[in-house]
Amino acid sequence: MTDAISSFGAVGRPASIHTDDAAKARLKGRYRTEKWFKWLGAAAVALAGLFLVLLLSTIVTQAIPALRQNYVTLPIDLSAAKVDPAKLDEVNYDAIAQEALTAKFPDVTSRQDKRLLRGLISTGTGVFLRKDIAADPGMLGGTVDYAVPLDDFADLYLKGLLADVGSDEAISTSVTPSGTSGDIDLTFGDDAMLALARGHGATEGENGMFTLTSGASSLLVAFNGGTVKLTSLSPAANGTVIAKGTVIEALDSTAPAASGQAFLRVIETPEASRKISDKVIVWLDTLKSAGLIESRFNSIFFFTGASREPELAGVWGAVVGSFLTMIVTLAIAFPIGVSAAIYLEEFAPKNRLTTMIEVNINNLAAVPSIVFGLLGLAVFLNFFGMPRSAPVVGGMVLALMTLPIIIIASRASLRAVPPSIREAALGIGASKVQTVFHHVLPLAMPGIMTGTILGMAHALGETAPLLMIGMVAFIVDIPGGFTDPATILPVQIFMWADFPEAGFQQKTSAAILILLVFLVIMNAIAVILRRRFERRW
Amino acid sequence: MVGYLVVLLVVLAAAAYWLGRTRAIASVNGDVARLHSLPGQHGMFLALFAAGPALLAIVLWSLVTPGIESSIIADRFASELSGMGVPQVEAFIRDARAMAFGGLVGFADPTKEAAAALYKSVHATSTWIIWTVALVLSASGFYWAYSRIAQAYRARHVVERVLRAFLIACSVVAILTTIGIVLSLIFESLRFFQQVPFYKFLFGTHWSPQSAFTGAGAEAGAVNEDIFGMVPLFAGTLLITFIAMLVAAPIGLMAAIYLSDYASKSVRAVAKPVLEILAGIPTVVYGFFAALTVAPYFRGIGESLGLNVASESALAAGVVMGIMIIPFVSSLSDDVINAVPQSLRDGSAGLGATKSETIRKVVLPAALPGIVSAILLAVSRAIGETMIVVMAAGLAANLTANPLEAVTTVTVQIVTLLVGDQEFDSAKTLAAFALGLVLFCITLTLNIVALRVVQKYREQYD
Repeated sequence: MTDAISSFGAVGRPASIHTDDAAKARLKGRYRTEKWFKWLGAAAVALAGLFLVLLLSTIVTQAIPALRQNYVTLPIDLSAAKVDPAKLDEVNYDAIAQEALTAKFPDVTSRQDKRLLRGLISTGTGVFLRKDIAADPGMLGGTVDYAVPLDDFADLYLKGLLADVGSDEAISTSVTPSGTSGDIDLTFGDDAMLALARGHGATEGENGMFTLTSGASSLLVAFNGGTVKLTSLSPAANGTVIAKGTVIEALDSTAPAASGQAFLRVIETPEASRKISDKVIVWLDTLKSAGLIESRFNSIFFFTGASREPELAGVWGAVVGSFLTMIVTLAIAFPIGVSAAIYLEEFAPKNRLTTMIEVNINNLAAVPSIVFGLLGLAVFLNFFGMPRSAPVVGGMVLALMTLPIIIIASRASLRAVPPSIREAALGIGASKVQTVFHHVLPLAMPGIMTGTILGMAHALGETAPLLMIGMVAFIVDIPGGFTDPATILPVQIFMWADFPEAGFQQKTSAAILILLVFLVIMNAIAVILRRRFERRW
Repeated sequence: MVGYLVVLLVVLAAAAYWLGRTRAIASVNGDVARLHSLPGQHGMFLALFAAGPALLAIVLWSLVTPGIESSIIADRFASELSGMGVPQVEAFIRDARAMAFGGLVGFADPTKEAAAALYKSVHATSTWIIWTVALVLSASGFYWAYSRIAQAYRARHVVERVLRAFLIACSVVAILTTIGIVLSLIFESLRFFQQVPFYKFLFGTHWSPQSAFTGAGAEAGAVNEDIFGMVPLFAGTLLITFIAMLVAAPIGLMAAIYLSDYASKSVRAVAKPVLEILAGIPTVVYGFFAALTVAPYFRGIGESLGLNVASESALAAGVVMGIMIIPFVSSLSDDVINAVPQSLRDGSAGLGATKSETIRKVVLPAALPGIVSAILLAVSRAIGETMIVVMAAGLAANLTANPLEAVTTVTVQIVTLLVGDQEFDSAKTLAAFALGLVLFCITLTLNIVALRVVQKYREQYD
């Protein structure tokens, strides 16, 4: 043996299966695998993080526009001729506000256009006006400047969400109109407009004529105090271009606009694929440039109940409903859950009944939430005849669902209290009940509270079981009690997500944001409780 | 009215507590040490007997009266209501009750008004009865308990026994809930199976309960048995669950491995809360995200590849559901991986294995039963998940394995059948309970199997 070893030293290490080239390659491969594996794990974590960021950023970016609402300030005539102070309830306030708006656009004459114009302001205007007059009768008797909420389409357009509008560009040639209203011809000094029209999806016809259909971008020319929408362009003599157009806002005169005096506005989104017409856009821009439009904090959204009109829909009713439901859930689940945990952890003998209870609790924790909804429907509504859509029933269903969470958390917390506490209490003559209620329970309370808050947060976000017991009904009134029909925040989100109006998409995101804020607050409280009061034994 | 009674009883209980205490102290002339039980325990004893039985009576009364009252109404108006179906009778009684309590009803007629008047008088009588019963119970309980308070009386034992009974009753609520779920599901399902044979329900391949009633004239109202086949729903559920698990299982498992074996403390401090937040987001939010962001995105990708992706594709719903389940899988697997003793890892490292070899060849095999059980629990969660699929999956029951098409699931159909105006006795609504029963059985079986896998195959260390 010694010879062999010394000969090793002399010759150098012979190739063994652990050191030969194949082994080295193998080792390299193994390290490569190692690296790959590690990166795969990191990628999985990163992917989860990415999903979260994606989800939250989508919702936050969509929710932000809903936090503000555009108002238009109109001079509203509340003189005695229009509003009889003795008969305040019989006045058509909507009509008065609409008149004030149409007075701003004297050249809108056709019935159809007038209806379109009236639709710019919210249908809830009359209600707001009436409420404000009731609160401040000093408004009556003259003309007051009053801020009126805009309709959802107008509001969305002003937030830049409905159409892609370019900024005004000066036209570097002269523009000569043939009239001031109706369908007119515009003569442009050069043919730059033709290329522009082609670039914006105009269809080319015979003789180099371009037609701007509703599938193409809208080209609006603003000059002489009015706006003309171009419908077709064709080349004419001397390199000029004659364009046909429809006047949206009447021109002051037929005087030609010099180079740089006329402005071109391009609405990139074709009229056919947006829900707002060129006319409405022009009106809104006129109102905006007159400084009449103002973006305010959206108090309607935060402090009113539900509505079919996006601009009038609020979450307050749902928030109140959620609050009432949570009170019922807490009032039922907390005492029952903690009592059950105390019994199972401190008193229960090991027998058939307690084993069965434990198996049951674990199973209930895994039952799909919708099954609890079916239970509520069959037992609470149909068997006991309780009211539909009521927070009390919702609260009971959620309480049954939250119960296992609270029991499991409370038991863990009770188990964490060391036996020495119990032995000491029993040693100085306390009864079993006194030991538990005077010594063990107070020490376990922070943990129990943490578990309860987390369970409540879970219940707050739950939707499916409440659909089963009719909390999905459309309820405008803000619930005043536990048996009033109500809806809750997650269900409101679900309903709004289903509404086709574009305005509701932002509202849904904003409602989600509110729900998430509540959840974050509850979880933060749980974390703080855990940090501050939980003892390590 | 009954609310006032409850408040009154609470006040009585407080008074009784004070009286009991005073009497106990007085019975020993202030020498508290001579009492068997503490004065407070005597007080509690008196309060319990003064208010407890009465409160129990009120709970019982509020559970029973609505049924009795409606049956009285139905009985008195039997001639007017004859010929009406069960739903109409229920609606009639509901309206009468609403009118009696000053609520609003769609339309009122003299019969309903008479019923409302009767309802009012019946309700007044029953309220009067409960007031009397509660006060008599309270007074006699108080009298009995008050006369017992004495120096040697063992009030503590009584109070503690009652308390213990209360604790047991609270624990039994869990059993009652399970029983309630099972019974309500089974009873309603049995009523459904009387109208539709269960084999047609379980093995039928056509589902369109919205057209449940076919025929006219004499056949009107007859149930078409062939449109309650749940196979397409089951297939859709499995398809979406499968997609969800394709996303959740690898990502969740790898995240758990990385966090338990590789991640530095600072990475863990960020990644754990991220997963917790992902777990805490309400499912309705995921549903909104799936329907408004993910589904159009997949559709767009599909169009650019020349594929026809349904706007409510199984893929979108499945992927978002997978994202939702990632934290579930990772937290369960994390527990399991951490439970593998360090000595196994050390032994493997001592033999020269790299970390990934240790994990793949030692830790994972040791943790396999736990991981399998975690995945089974995740599957059960995915099958029972409702809001994501309600918002992002389709309504039409297609029997397809193509993830780009719209499929529907068991939970979606339960919601569609039960939301909105419904008659409680129709085969349509009862079908929802049969679906619920199937759902309950599947998730229960999965949970039991998951539990068994862990119990049976777990390696015993230490």
